Amino acid sequence: MLKMTDVHVEAEGKEILKGLDLTIRPGEIHALMGPNGAGKSTLAKALAGDPSLSVTRGEIFFLGRELTALSVEERARLGLFLTFQDPVEVAGVSNFEFLFAAESAKRRAQKEECLSEESFRKSLLEKMDFVDRKEEWLKRGLNQGFSGGEKKRNEILQLAVLKPRLTLFDEIDSGLDVDALKLLAKTLKERRTPEQSYLFITHYSRLLQQIEPHFVHILLDGRVVKTGGPELARLLEEEGYEGVLEEADIQK
Amino acid sequence: MQTKEILNERSSYRFGFSTPIEMEEFPKGLSEEIVAEISKRKGEPAFLLDFRMKALRRFQEMAPPSWGNLTFDPIDFQKIRFYSAPKKKQKLSSLQEVDPEILKTFKRLGIPLEEQMRLSNVAVDVVFDSVSLGTTFHQKLKEAGVVLSSFSEAVGSYPELIEEYLGSVVPIGDNFYAALNSAVFSDGSFVYVPKGVRCPIELSTYFRINDKESGQFERTLIIAEEGSYVSYLEGCTAPAYDQNQLHAAVVELVAKERAEIKYSTVQNWYPGDPKTGKGGIYNFVTKRGRCAGLRSKISWTQVEVGAAITWKYPSCILQGEESVGEFYSVALTTGRMQADTGTKMIHLGKRSRSTILSKGISADSSVNTFRSLVKIAPRSEGARNYTNCDSMLVKEECAAHTLPTIEAANGTAVVEHEASTCRMNEQQLFYLQSRGLSREEAIQLIVSGFCKAVLSELPLEFAEEAKKLLALKLEHSVG
Repeated sequence: MLKMTDVHVEAEGKEILKGLDLTIRPGEIHALMGPNGAGKSTLAKALAGDPSLSVTRGEIFFLGRELTALSVEERARLGLFLTFQDPVEVAGVSNFEFLFAAESAKRRAQKEECLSEESFRKSLLEKMDFVDRKEEWLKRGLNQGFSGGEKKRNEILQLAVLKPRLTLFDEIDSGLDVDALKLLAKTLKERRTPEQSYLFITHYSRLLQQIEPHFVHILLDGRVVKTGGPELARLLEEEGYEGVLEEADIQK
Repeated sequence: MQTKEILNERSSYRFGFSTPIEMEEFPKGLSEEIVAEISKRKGEPAFLLDFRMKALRRFQEMAPPSWGNLTFDPIDFQKIRFYSAPKKKQKLSSLQEVDPEILKTFKRLGIPLEEQMRLSNVAVDVVFDSVSLGTTFHQKLKEAGVVLSSFSEAVGSYPELIEEYLGSVVPIGDNFYAALNSAVFSDGSFVYVPKGVRCPIELSTYFRINDKESGQFERTLIIAEEGSYVSYLEGCTAPAYDQNQLHAAVVELVAKERAEIKYSTVQNWYPGDPKTGKGGIYNFVTKRGRCAGLRSKISWTQVEVGAAITWKYPSCILQGEESVGEFYSVALTTGRMQADTGTKMIHLGKRSRSTILSKGISADSSVNTFRSLVKIAPRSEGARNYTNCDSMLVKEECAAHTLPTIEAANGTAVVEHEASTCRMNEQQLFYLQSRGLSREEAIQLIVSGFCKAVLSELPLEFAEEAKKLLALKLEHSVG
């Protein structure tokens, strides 16, 4: 589904990713961990097509398409979805309007007939089990005045609407308490279809204990230095990056 | 669809075409003879000729205002033809009698008249160039006692009202362009709503400039008697000519005790070539309303998306106690457009209130200026004003200016002013695009969100038209 080979990414002339390799197949759940500044978020944003980043070297294939040749919206319509760490606020545009616009754009791209506002609203309300006061939520401005946790839930709602093939969760767990985290993990697990793939970017193994990823990668200074199973996350929890780092050095 | 029509559809200015209709030629230039000839051709009474002549003399003593944040070559008034009218101007009793060319024009504009009459509850008074052609829904209005007619007709039918109110809100010497209009105005609309009558339908007029080099000088007068209500819609589009066309309209509103007038405009004149600015309409408009009586109310709502130059300040004189003035504006400038627009709220009456809500969007190399004056007279105790003006910049080269003035001469007045400037931000666009919206769709969504508070003041059918216009206009501006 996603294949990245020797990918280099620059932000404002500074190289952040320095030869990254990563492969994600359909139905797989991956986790990417690493200390601050390792380039985790850069990886996610570069995949989504953030205009402030440039891929200077390497290849990225997503569902057989050269990703860097596609615009931001083409990537999205192909089935790539990024949950933002800090989603932007757009004044005056209601959540409903935004979700309806996004859903309609996707349908148009797939040459499907667009839903009427009313039938979309109906299907939307069914997806909002983790939201209180659903109608009010939809009327609010897009992310406007949302708390950190509410913004994260709003991202998950978009995910439920757009049903992407590959979702990149950029620190979806930050700012969530234990209960919220459990609920989130449960929702994501239940909703995932067998072909959908997830990539979790996180600092903590807490979420990963709930999610049970198939693969855990450690990103350090712009490269994946270690890949393992769920046990790697536990190891990190116990020994910290330094401990794992030493092992990685030994392996080199 | 014919190939030619398809090509027309594809040109960047969708409404840029002209209708080949024979025009009654009239000499160019401005003089007493010309003004007298206009008045004669229209068969006007003596008081009106006198009004025009006084205005001409005032105009000749005045210089064009230079305080606007606008740059353009001086206008040569001797090169302008001050009167034009379709040749076939016999009185028509139904649309079937209208020149088929004109009907075709409306179809191309996407405003098929017959459909409008059938589908919507709107009375349409069509101004084609300078002479009104068809007035509809007369029956319904007649039953309610509301008068909607062309200005020329009103001069014949209601000369006392015209004599009493013409120039009573915008005096002939008010400003350079108002003086010009007062001297040479061709036609326009007249509305009279009698005491206690709530006008049962929205009144709507579509204006269109057709004759090359013919300036259009509309004159509109709306009088709302005690306790009456009327909503008036005005929308305009113009053909794409490579020659600046001057447009200097005057609109006067009078609201008596407890009367309410709602005046809405969607302005989409040809803005000129987006790269050079060549050929656009110069739009110098004086719009003013007088809230004459207790608790009278006047609301101006405007969506300005066209014209090379816009110079326009719909204002309210809040004379009556507890009278209310409102100004809601969206001004979008693209290409090389220049807009200097805003409002004046003159508080004279006690506890009079005003609200100003302005949303300016500038894109490309355009210049967008908001200018306002809130003036509280010494005797206007307890007056209140709330002003909010927001500007949005879409490209690096464009400019937005905000020039508010507040003069409060009464210590009990409460005047609030809020202003903000934002850039349409790359991170917002990235976020929306990452959800599958195209860049254009993302921009539309952000812009209609930005303007929502103003658009919601428009009558429903106009709000939709305005949203589409905003989207259409910005499509070419975002690279």
